Amino acid sequence: MSGWQLVIGLEVHAQLLTRSKIFCGCPTTFGAEPNAHVCPVCLGMPGVLPALNRQVVEFAVRTGLALGCAIQEKSVFARKNYFYPDLPKGYQVSQYELPICQGGEVEFALDGAERRVRLTRIHMEEDAGKNLHGVAADGSSGVDLNRAGVPLLEIVSEPDIRSIDEAVEYLKALRAVLMYLGVNDGNLEEGSFRCDANVSVMPVGSTVLGTRCEIKNMNSFRFLRQAIEYEMRRQVEILEGGGKIVQETRLFDPQRGETRSMRSKEEAHDYRYFPEPDLPPVRVPAAWIEEARRALPELPRARAARYQRDLGLSAYDAAVLTADRRTAEFFDAALVARGGGAEAAKRIANLINGEVARLANEAGSGAPQGKLAPAALAGVVRLVDEGVIGGPGVRQVIEELFREGGDPQAIVAARGLAQVSDESAVEAAADAVIAASPDEVARYRAGNAKLLGFLVGQVMKGMKGKGNPAVVNAVLRRKLGSP
Amino acid sequence: MSLPGILDRSLTDLSRALERREVSSEEVTLASLSRIEATDGRLHAFLRVAPERAVADARAADARRARGEARSRLDGIPIALKDIFLTRGLETTCGSRILEGFVPPFDATVVERLAAAGAVVLGKLNMDEFAMGSSNENSAFGPCRNPWDLERTPGGSSGGSAAAVAARQVFGALGTDTGGSIRQPASLCGVVGVKPTYGRVSRYGVVAFASSLDQVGPIARTVPDAATLLGAVAGHDPRDQTSSTLPVPDYLEGLEGGARGLRIGVPREWFQGGSEAGVERRVREALAAYEAMGATLVDVELPHAKYGVAAYYLVAPAEASSNLARYDGVRFGLRAPARTLGEMYGETRDRGFGAEPKRRIMLGTYALSAGYYDAYYLRAQKVRTLVRRDFDRAFERCDLVAGPVSPTVAFRLGEKVADPLQMYLADVFTISCNLAALPGLSVPAGLHPESGLPIGLQLVGRPFDEATMLRAARALEREMGPAPAPGAIG
Repeated sequence: MSGWQLVIGLEVHAQLLTRSKIFCGCPTTFGAEPNAHVCPVCLGMPGVLPALNRQVVEFAVRTGLALGCAIQEKSVFARKNYFYPDLPKGYQVSQYELPICQGGEVEFALDGAERRVRLTRIHMEEDAGKNLHGVAADGSSGVDLNRAGVPLLEIVSEPDIRSIDEAVEYLKALRAVLMYLGVNDGNLEEGSFRCDANVSVMPVGSTVLGTRCEIKNMNSFRFLRQAIEYEMRRQVEILEGGGKIVQETRLFDPQRGETRSMRSKEEAHDYRYFPEPDLPPVRVPAAWIEEARRALPELPRARAARYQRDLGLSAYDAAVLTADRRTAEFFDAALVARGGGAEAAKRIANLINGEVARLANEAGSGAPQGKLAPAALAGVVRLVDEGVIGGPGVRQVIEELFREGGDPQAIVAARGLAQVSDESAVEAAADAVIAASPDEVARYRAGNAKLLGFLVGQVMKGMKGKGNPAVVNAVLRRKLGSP
Repeated sequence: MSLPGILDRSLTDLSRALERREVSSEEVTLASLSRIEATDGRLHAFLRVAPERAVADARAADARRARGEARSRLDGIPIALKDIFLTRGLETTCGSRILEGFVPPFDATVVERLAAAGAVVLGKLNMDEFAMGSSNENSAFGPCRNPWDLERTPGGSSGGSAAAVAARQVFGALGTDTGGSIRQPASLCGVVGVKPTYGRVSRYGVVAFASSLDQVGPIARTVPDAATLLGAVAGHDPRDQTSSTLPVPDYLEGLEGGARGLRIGVPREWFQGGSEAGVERRVREALAAYEAMGATLVDVELPHAKYGVAAYYLVAPAEASSNLARYDGVRFGLRAPARTLGEMYGETRDRGFGAEPKRRIMLGTYALSAGYYDAYYLRAQKVRTLVRRDFDRAFERCDLVAGPVSPTVAFRLGEKVADPLQMYLADVFTISCNLAALPGLSVPAGLHPESGLPIGLQLVGRPFDEATMLRAARALEREMGPAPAPGAIG
């Protein structure tokens, strides 16, 4: 594949976290019985008209401001006409010539370098329903219109992306911003954050973009990688074989890890866009925009920079903590509960990014901190600082706090997790180990310093893991003398 | 008031009689239903009569009157609705096979408002399919006929509404007007028809034809009757974001103020031989009557009016092609049996739509297609702006613009069916008003000197100034004396 430059532009469809749909009062909640959340408006019955949900405009403005877009004082809804059973009116109400946001960019770090990908536009539109095949006993298909009319933002990037890693980091950064703003839940699997990729290749050094293909149906970062990788290879093979790329829409097949043709440019729909006559132009007063600007929360990158600058966290820890607003807020609360400071910040960050993240990962879904409260985590850190518990105890306490919640001190007491710091108990255990391991003791004293670890381990084992590692270390060093 | 003559009385008179308890709503409703029963076999103004429901509503209205709790001047008055208005529990077809059997789960806003006012709905009225037509001959359920001459059309698309009102089947009706569909049939049937300013009346629950042009309005036998109905349905509706939030005046107040001092614009372009001689004569006589009443006639120009029909037949079909996409057999109405999705769409729409909707869907799809949009749809929208500017300029010098409604009196059934373009020209004088989003009406201006068929005068007002237009129409109505009743229906 050497000699070829990959070029990617991404179109993201993000479902907005409004309570009701974009043009009617139906709820937007996921997972209801088919067609439980429908009314004459989102069913596209004769005579119905759309009434624009104000919150959708607010979310679009908020998103545009966070991404540095120019918010348009006047934007216009348009009808995108095509026939499909999941599209009740035979047209989708979207925006075309005059979207609500123009320009803007997404910033992220890639391999330690700062990257910016420019945005073309952001517009508001309604989602379609879903066709359900083979649901009826006779094999016929059904249509579920619960999703029809759920508000979407379509966020279109320029073809600025030059690698698959960059595409993934762009999406992660964009997703983090949307989740921070509280406008999207970032769920790729349930389809509330969806992505189509425009992929082309050109000879390295060229400035002329190649013919692109649009890839659809990638509902995870893994599939996105697979799809783009496959598509790049496919295009390079064609070009190296002397062929030409046909502009078309291709569908990713996750079972085969391939993309296949869905429709060619010739078969492409003529959507016959025209301004939606049932909705007046959307006017966003300048004062409104300013108010939204003032109300913007601190965004993930700014927060991460602050964590590095003020708390001395590593770039990695800061980035992981800030990727999810809930996690960052949890971190802030725990730090306050522990009294602040760089030392506490580091310990809390380690626990959140380590043990807590592992438990959340195992749990698979739900809140990223389970039932663990920020104050409880601060309590765990205090117990560590005071030498009450050590590594194994920490793991057990956090696990119980994550699953059941509660007070760390009570858990330590109930489970007998407190470590032994009493010197005489440690000395007794150390004496036993020294007596039982004359060979290792001799080699240590002869200069093999690494054997201290082994001996500490033996003492801990003898104390059933409850010895305070610092005390065990100190006692052993004292008894063994210098190596 | 004696029962036999009551159906000849105006809505306003009946309202007074009901108030004085001289007659009950039930009695009038039963009389209207009998009249429909006796005449509609020949007229075919109704697609559906709902007698049980009507009688029940009438009794409820009488009970309210008895308790002294009448809801409005319309309480207990028999009316009917063009079959374009959604009526909960009552089939609504819009004159099309594709909606046959469609029973709406909700009422249009205007239907709700009429119900809140106490009006008694007798049934649903015939119309051109999806309001596309000027003769009612495009109804999938057979044409309505003109009560002045059963061999002639009542006009369209609200032909059933105008015919039913003229034939004394009901005291008033609602229609819709996209390019003249209230005013032209009102003119051809000798009744009053009002198309309000775009945005004055909610379109929610009105089957859409061309969304940027469609407007709901009343058809009645007198101007006060029409004003009463308009007042009951007008006003902002949060479910229609194109409806205006401007307050609705009391249209009856000042209605008898006469024409003195009004400046009436006479557009040169509407008097250049486009109408048949008898029509132009009666229209000029009406203008002379205004002068005699103390109004001033002012020459105005509408230089872009001549592009109106062409622009209309791009914008309206374009919007219709999109509005009619929902009739796909998936969720309601007709579904043709088929093996594949494409076949289902094709068969359903082929069987469900008549020739005129198909023609307009094709015209509109073409006008919106890639590569043609700028030349057709966009240019037509620019013409709309120019037509509106013509009127704005005219209204700097006058209060109303006046002219003919229809270039001819009612034409014969079948006369224009074979030539759609001739049919489209029936709306040559009414279309500008829709393109410019202005209020317009048709008021009887006498009978044709030879054929004895009715002729309407068109008045066009400033945006949201329905009141001045109605006052002027009322002045002419009083000057002309009681309008004659049609003779063909007995």
